[in-house]
This record gives sequence, structure tokens and C-alpha cells, in this order.
Amino acid sequence: MSGMQLLYFLAQQTMFFAIPLLIVALGGMFSERSGVVNIALEGIMIMGAFTSILFIYFTQDAVHGQLLLILAVLVAGASGLVFSLLHAYASINMKADQVISGTALNMMAPAVAIFAARMIRGVQQIPFINQFHIKSVPLLGKIPVVGPMLFQNAYITTYIGFGILVVSSVVLYKTRFGLRLRACGEHPQAADSVGINVYKIRYMGVMISGMLGGIGGLIFVIPTSTDFNASVAGYGFLALAVLIFGQWKPWRIFYSALFFGIMKTIASAYSSVPFMQDLPVSNEIYKMIPYIATLVVLAFSSKRSQAPKASGQPYNKSGN
Amino acid sequence: MKKPNKNPLLRTGVVTFSSSILAILVGLLLGFVILLITDSSQAADGFAVIVRGGFADGMYGIGQVLYFATPILLTGLSVGFAFKTGLFNIGASGQFILGAFAAVYVGIKWTWLPGGLHWITALAAAMVFGGLWGLLPGILKAYFNVHEVISSIMMNYIGMSLVNMLVKQTAGIYNQLQNQSYPVAQTANIPKWGLDKIFPYNSMNGGILIAVAFVLIIYVLLNKTTFGYELKACGYNPHASKYAGINSKRNIVLSMAIAGALSGIGGGLLYLAGSGKYISVVDSLAAEGFNGIPVALLGLSNPVGILFAALFIANITVGGFNLQLYGFVPEVINIITAAIIYFSAFALLFKSVITKLALRRSREEEEEKDTPPPEIPAPPKEENTRTGSGEGGGVQ
Repeated sequence: MSGMQLLYFLAQQTMFFAIPLLIVALGGMFSERSGVVNIALEGIMIMGAFTSILFIYFTQDAVHGQLLLILAVLVAGASGLVFSLLHAYASINMKADQVISGTALNMMAPAVAIFAARMIRGVQQIPFINQFHIKSVPLLGKIPVVGPMLFQNAYITTYIGFGILVVSSVVLYKTRFGLRLRACGEHPQAADSVGINVYKIRYMGVMISGMLGGIGGLIFVIPTSTDFNASVAGYGFLALAVLIFGQWKPWRIFYSALFFGIMKTIASAYSSVPFMQDLPVSNEIYKMIPYIATLVVLAFSSKRSQAPKASGQPYNKSGN
Repeated sequence: MKKPNKNPLLRTGVVTFSSSILAILVGLLLGFVILLITDSSQAADGFAVIVRGGFADGMYGIGQVLYFATPILLTGLSVGFAFKTGLFNIGASGQFILGAFAAVYVGIKWTWLPGGLHWITALAAAMVFGGLWGLLPGILKAYFNVHEVISSIMMNYIGMSLVNMLVKQTAGIYNQLQNQSYPVAQTANIPKWGLDKIFPYNSMNGGILIAVAFVLIIYVLLNKTTFGYELKACGYNPHASKYAGINSKRNIVLSMAIAGALSGIGGGLLYLAGSGKYISVVDSLAAEGFNGIPVALLGLSNPVGILFAALFIANITVGGFNLQLYGFVPEVINIITAAIIYFSAFALLFKSVITKLALRRSREEEEEKDTPPPEIPAPPKEENTRTGSGEGGGVQ
């Protein structure tokens, strides 16, 4: 591999890891900025990936190519949304401890995925045929430098991810809903006093996070595997770290997702990089790098954290 | 002077206890519904198997339950102890596997130790390594404001890869053919102390007695010592305890280290059990660590409660194994456990329902409604809610 080819390869790989992190962290952003801590992202990703991969497994003979992938994205988003309602109900209506409710969902999702897969197939893996890979996007793939980096060896989901980023940023800062969402996360009493329905807005926040979490689950599994094994390898938790490092702001979340994507790429693709392969470092060290980097980054960025002020606190309309 | 409430149903302990029982019942009900949906003809039998668990097989089955309860009792204590001090230790998995490695290392390598000392040293090594793995998130929380949930999750993955690497690269420990660690020396196995005679289960060993000893130690530490009082005070109200002159940063670090040590001992007890369980080099987190969370929540973070919760979870786990005879998948147990935690998060609602019911029965005590008995060990659920305020809210 020449130097440029290597760069293109790493850029493409980075997208595979960064895009799901971006989407899921943006989901977490909507939930937390509405005032609900969503530690259940891992479980929501598993749920979204499970139902949508199962959908692909059953329909891949009838529907093909990008249409199937787009349908699967819709299935993933819908199932993530429905699953997240459990968290919304517990944390908004029941005023439950949001971390405990999230932990319950994180345990629930793989159990359900394994149980259902074994009941349906006898084994817990669900295989799928990867027919979604795009060798080169027409026209765009021919652009020098940018073409090979972004429009070759790609998945349509990468562009969905960028779309979600732009839409999220606009929704959060330029719409009435975004303003209300932020108000509910900062000072729900004040929001309530001007007639905003805090419960409704928080439900919306959690549901958006469920939808994006579910989509992120599918998008993580598609390029990195050929079967789904009831796990998203801790990506939901990494997305939480991305969210904190991104300071709950869409574009900063994008940059921090890119950073983690690069770390993850180093961890998984080091054997394709000549000079890294020659280093006397075992592959376990490379596997640890993303997590160690997370700790280091958080240690330096958490002091001046700008978390939504009311995040994690149940809101009681009657007041007490 | 605290005056115990006249109506026994209104005591906080009783109310929180019954909310746990209610969560268990709802969780089990959900399990029954799942069995009904998957195979209605076998559902009733299957459900009976889950509930009876180990008791279906007499002393053998009870031995099985005790064996499975041992590691999750320790990780449950670890999580529960951290809850008491206002921290959510989701990193039990990493601490557990680090402890397991330390125990296996000493168990295989340090054969020069005399018989009685060998297993004790191995267990102590497990404790130290688990403690170190808990110490770091504690330091990050106290001095760098990093939320312990995120940092200990990262520590889980780092610990997993680190132990995989250490097992593979330490000469004499790695069994390449089986891709796992070698068995420890005979002298490093935990003594059976005659328990295998009472409970004729192959893997029965004295680990459960050691685990129960730690239940007592943690109980005394939390309830009878100044140090424990300070730790709990930090959990209930960090600002007030700081005002009272308690060094909260030091306490956060110490309680994470103690929580880590407990999980580490759990790892040691499981891998020194002489039950044919070895550290596999696989990319998956130790499940025993995560199973400590439901144990702690069900046990209301109370050491004695945790003992019973561990026995209960171990019992339905054994029930899950037996469930396979009826054509069901044992993962239904994990769904039930997850549902139990989910519903135990509703404790606040359960509590108010139970309180209301009790109040209706004793109308003359109506005026006491607004003043629940000010017991000193306040309901643990309350301070779990504090933990929840973390993530965003706790970080400023």
C-alpha cells in the first residue's frame, strides 16, 4: 500500500467506527439536554441492531441492495424508539433512578436478543449477507483526495449519519422545539412556568435518543461484521463518553466521534499499517487504546463540564 | 429519641423490603408470560422449575445454589457498598477479572508457600488487584470530576484486554491448547471445610463461608465504625458532610478501592474454587461483575439483604439451567433479572402505594403521614436516587 492509499484506507475505516458513535451520541444529546440521563444507549443499540438484522435476515431474498438497508434503518429506528419508551416511562412518569432504569435496559436487551434468536434459529447469531457495500459513489467517488476518503468503500449509512448531524444541529439551535428541549434540561421549573409541557418534551428527547440509538446499532454492525451476536461491543458506553467529551453540543460531538473513530481504527486496523505491525506491541494493547484514550481525555475535559443542569433529576410537576 | 412507628407496615425498612418483593413478583410474572408466549403447554412446568431452582435437587441443588451465589455475593457487596457511599460501581466486572488473574497467578506461581498460606495469599492478591482497579475510577472521580460510571466502564474493557494479555504472556499460566489459564496448585484451592460432605455437589467449597464473613465485615464497617459513618454521610449529602469536616475526596477514593477489593475477592473465590473454571482468553466482560448490580439493588445495598438477594438470584439461575430440560432457553432468567431491576427502580412508586395502603388501615395514625420515622440508616433507595443524579447533574 502506498502512503496515500493507506491514508484513504484509514479514513474509510474511521468512518465505519465514527459514524455510529456520532449518531448514538447525538441521540444521547437529545435525551440529556431534555433532562434525562440515558445510560441505556448500549441496550437500545443492541435492540435496534437485533430487530433490524433479523428483518434483513428474513427479507434479504425478496428485497435487495440499498432499499433493504434503508428499510432496515427505519426498522432499527422504530424498535429503538419503542424500547426507549421503557426508560422514558420509568424516568419521567415513575421518577425512577435513571441510572438504574438504564442499567436494567442494558441487561434486558442482550437477554431478549439472545433469547429470541435462540428461539427462532436455535443459535444466538443472526447472519446476514452484506450487499450494502458501495465500491465507489458515481461521480463523487472520482473527486481527487476527498473522493477516495469519503465516497469509496463506503456505506449509504455514512451519509445518513452526516444528515442526522446537520438536522440535529438545526433542530437544537434553530427551532422552537430545540429551545424548549434545552430549557427543560436546564431549568424545567422555568420552562413549565411559561407553559411548556416538560413531560412531553422529555418524552420527545428520550424517544429521539431511542430512535438514533437503534439506528446507530444497525450502522455499527453492518460494516464490521457478517452476523449479529447480541452485542455492540460497548459502543453505547463509548458514545456516552463521546457525548461528554463533545460537551453536549452537536458539532463538538462530531469532532469527538471522529477522534474516537481514529482511536478505534488504530485498535482494529493496526495490522494493515506497516510500521505499526512491526512494533513489538501485542494486539491487546491496541484494543485498550480507545478506552485508555477515553479516560485520559475525560480526565482533562471533565473539570469544566457543561452538562445540562437538570439532567438526571426527575421533574415533579406538582413541585416538592 | 427515635420512636418506632406503631404500625409495623409503615416502618421504612418494611416498606422498602416489600417494594423489593413486589419487584421480584412482577419480574417473575413477566418471565411466566414469556414462557407462555414461547410454549404455552410447558409454561407452568417451566415456571415451577425456575421458582424451585436448586431446591428441586435437594442438598445437591442447594450446594449448586451456594456455589453460584459466592461470586455474585461479593460483586453484589461491592456494588452495594459503593451505593451506600453514593457511588455507582459498574466496574465490578473489571475488578473481578483483575482479582481472578492475581489469584490464578499466585495460585500457579507461588508454590513455595506452605499449604495453609497459599490460598490465603492468592485471595489477598485478588483483593489488592481488584482494589487497585477500583482505586483509579475513585481518583478520577475525586480529583478530576470524571463520572465513575463512565470511567469504570472503560476500566472494565481495559481490564479485560489487560488480563487477556497477561494470561497469554505469562509463562506457565497460559494453556495454549484450550486458550485459557492452567489450573492452580492444589494448595491454592480454597479448603472445603467438610461442606462437600453436607452438599454433595462437585464444585462445593468453603468460598461461601468466606463470602458470608465479608458480609459481616462490611456490615460492621458500615454500621458500627466512624469510618463507615463518614462514608455513608458522604453518600447521603456530600455538601453537608464536607461542611462537617469530612474529607469527601479521600472517602470517594477509599470507598471505590474497597468496592474494587470486594469484587476482586469475588474473582479470587471463583477461580480458586477448584471447580474446573479457568480464565478464558475471550473478548467478553465477566458476567459475574454485572450480576452484582441486580444483587445489590434487590438487597437494597444492605449487606444482609445482599446475602439473601445473591441466594435468590443464584437459585433462579440454577432454575434456568434446569429449564433447558423443558426446551426453554436459559436466557429467560436474564430477562427476569433485568425486569426485576427495572421494577425495583420504581421503588418510589411502590413505596408510596404500600404506605398509602397501610395508612388506610390505620386511620388514627393519619397525622404521621408527613413525618416518616427518622431512622438513622435511612432507606438505601433514597441514596440510590442520588447516584442517579450523576452523569450530567453530578458533574458541574
